[in-house]
Amino acid sequence: MPERARRVFGSWDAVVLIALVVVSVAGALAIDGVASPRFWRFVSLEAIPIALIAMPMTLVVITGEIDLSVASVLGLTCSVMGQLWVWGVTSLPLIIVLCVLLGALLGAVNGLFVTGFGLPSLAVTIGTLALYRGLAYVVLGDRAVADYPIGWTTDAVAPIPRTTIPWVILVVAALAVVFGIVLHATPIGRGLYAMGNNAEATRFAGISVRRTKFWLFVATGAMSSLAGVFWTLRFASARADNGLGLELTVVAAVLLGGVSIFGGRGGLVGVLAAVALLGTLRNALQLAYVPANTLTVVTGSLLIASVVGPNAVSLLRARLRRRRAGAAPAASSPR
Amino acid sequence: MAAPLLALSGVSKSFGAVAALSGVRLELHGGEAHALVGENGAGKSTLVKILAGVHAPDEGTITMDGRPLVLSGPADARAAGIVVVYQEPTLFPDLTVAENIFIGRQPQRSLRRIDVAEMRARAVELFGRLGVRLDPDRPARGLSIADQQIVEIAKALSLDARILIMDEPTAALSGVEVERLFNVARSLRDSGTAVLFISHRFDEVFALCQRITVMRDGRWVSTDPVADLTVDELVRRMVGRTVSSLYPKTAARVGEPRLEVSGLTRRGSFEDVSFTVRGGEIVALAGLVGAGRSEVGRAVFGVDRYDAGEVRVDGRRLSRGDPAAAIEAGLALVPEDRRQQGLVMELSVERNATLPRRWSLTRLGLLFGGAERRAAAIWTERLQVKAARLSDPVSTLSGGNQQKVVLAKWLATRPRVLIVDEPTRGIDVGTKAEVHRLLSELASEGVAVLMVSSELPEVLGMADRVLVMHEGRLVADIARDRADEESVMLAATGQGGRR
Repeated sequence: MPERARRVFGSWDAVVLIALVVVSVAGALAIDGVASPRFWRFVSLEAIPIALIAMPMTLVVITGEIDLSVASVLGLTCSVMGQLWVWGVTSLPLIIVLCVLLGALLGAVNGLFVTGFGLPSLAVTIGTLALYRGLAYVVLGDRAVADYPIGWTTDAVAPIPRTTIPWVILVVAALAVVFGIVLHATPIGRGLYAMGNNAEATRFAGISVRRTKFWLFVATGAMSSLAGVFWTLRFASARADNGLGLELTVVAAVLLGGVSIFGGRGGLVGVLAAVALLGTLRNALQLAYVPANTLTVVTGSLLIASVVGPNAVSLLRARLRRRRAGAAPAASSPR
Repeated sequence: MAAPLLALSGVSKSFGAVAALSGVRLELHGGEAHALVGENGAGKSTLVKILAGVHAPDEGTITMDGRPLVLSGPADARAAGIVVVYQEPTLFPDLTVAENIFIGRQPQRSLRRIDVAEMRARAVELFGRLGVRLDPDRPARGLSIADQQIVEIAKALSLDARILIMDEPTAALSGVEVERLFNVARSLRDSGTAVLFISHRFDEVFALCQRITVMRDGRWVSTDPVADLTVDELVRRMVGRTVSSLYPKTAARVGEPRLEVSGLTRRGSFEDVSFTVRGGEIVALAGLVGAGRSEVGRAVFGVDRYDAGEVRVDGRRLSRGDPAAAIEAGLALVPEDRRQQGLVMELSVERNATLPRRWSLTRLGLLFGGAERRAAAIWTERLQVKAARLSDPVSTLSGGNQQKVVLAKWLATRPRVLIVDEPTRGIDVGTKAEVHRLLSELASEGVAVLMVSSELPEVLGMADRVLVMHEGRLVADIARDRADEESVMLAATGQGGRR
């Protein structure tokens, strides 16, 4: 196999993509309804908010940080969005702008604690996970705001003409192109990988690690809020407990997509494929009447596989390379 | 001469297609310090690993006291009385010094309880024999590298080591610490231990050792008493050719002030440091480890902040703590710690080599596939970096080649002021001469070079002027023709007259 082909097919991205195809085909053959257009509509609707959050999260994890407050940002956004409607704000564009600004602000708080005070993002965002969800209940209590104009909610989930796929997927695709280019083809992206591997050497190369990470948290907050807006409109219901626990689904997708939890490794293609894979698998199993608890077990197992998998793949490749070089497999390299 | 304590003959070791050692021999005698010298990649480390039981030789024999010795693991080597002290010891940071010495074989009381008092007393006794003062009850965390090595040696002593191998122990030590280490090594040697000493520093080799073995390209070259060798002869054998000069300093036309530092202060590190470096000049910043030299370089470049003072490049004032602005103004810093600060080890050679100037390689803000590779190729070729592929992680390169990548990375930014911090630490003689030639060339092109160095021969051989720091202050500014070892050392130890 030519070098380039081996690199493409030997990558973790390819493993996830192939798994996605296998699950789709096997599901379509074995489970009634998976082959239907409606199935893919539901998978898309479910995947959209996860993908929106997973994209900036990919960048955050590549720099060696994490943001666990995303689902709470989503929830607080839903509460505020409901309260804005109650107060009589009737312009949807204005509501969206205010919500995204709110998300950016919440992300900036995370970023400030992490980069300004040098605290570990894991601890900070576990704190804001509780804090933001709490605020969501403060704002809206256990009420649900559900009297949005019917036009808003149907437009939000309207399909692309002559398909069943919601048009919002095009927004996700456009954002994916933007995030993909930033990560893989700009100097900014090069800096992200560098700081994920070695923050000190990155600083010595004239890259402001703290400023970059701050803005990544801001972007993650804003995107989480955007996901919150979509969530509210899709279910036509603004509630404080919207998206409860979604952060684990997002992190699972990012890790399953091949991003190293230690930073410095991974890419956007794998993550988006993993979002699709998790969504397809869940919905297909649901159609097959697999109980919810089993679904959790499957997701958990996949997460473990995602951590073990890339390591196993690179270990295997290293061993093959050594075998080709004709060395004993046990020998370590000379220094 | 008496029969050797340990003898290697015809030892070969290959890793895949690469022959790391072929037909090497070495004889160590009790009560003698033996130096092992050679360029990076000559096979010294592999030899040490064979003696430490980490690698098994493919061919050849090892004998101890005339009997064949088979080392199938580090435990065997330790049982045979072979102890290795590495450049950077790996102690358990949260255990005490005494616990580190006796780890895994603590003296015990009844019911397998550890006898802390006994352990402590034995540690004190060991330090007494070594003639050093160290608190056995303090945790290992925060010990200087020199003290950590002393702990390792104490451990060796407690194991009744008959052969002590020191693998470049002095690379990170100051002059005083080296002297203390040598005193310890001498006392061990005089009590009958065989010492194998590996170093790139010739003055140390000549100060400590009785015999010198030279290796080159995995082969044994020669073994001679020190008295029969000169430094020039040693260098010639190591590189296998005549090195025209280790310090190819050419006089350059000194131009306008490029870097002006005035009143620079960072509390706790350095105070009121003022100096100027002109275009075409190489200015050395000398002093003992801990005098604040590296800290000054880092503050000037902006990776550390400073409390007072200012830095100007070509007359323009730099903002504090902003490396990006410093690079923009034409400043470059080759840092002291190559692995932590100079390179992102997991990234490829090309990504590393283009990291500071990646914005200048974009078209429409994007980096297209080839741009970085082409830019990296130009500079890695100019510096003759030996890498199989530019897409390989930089961690796969040898130390000397890694240092060249760091230099390539910064030279590619076309700096007008270049700060180099220990530019030749841990790299072999051949590469050293190349780096020096490069610095000299840059100066003659009008670059202002500030060189932080702990190696006096390098300072004296390369610098137009020597600035000396002592305890955070600049205490001397010595012109090339007046600089010698004595004047620099006096100033560095705080005994010289103030300027």
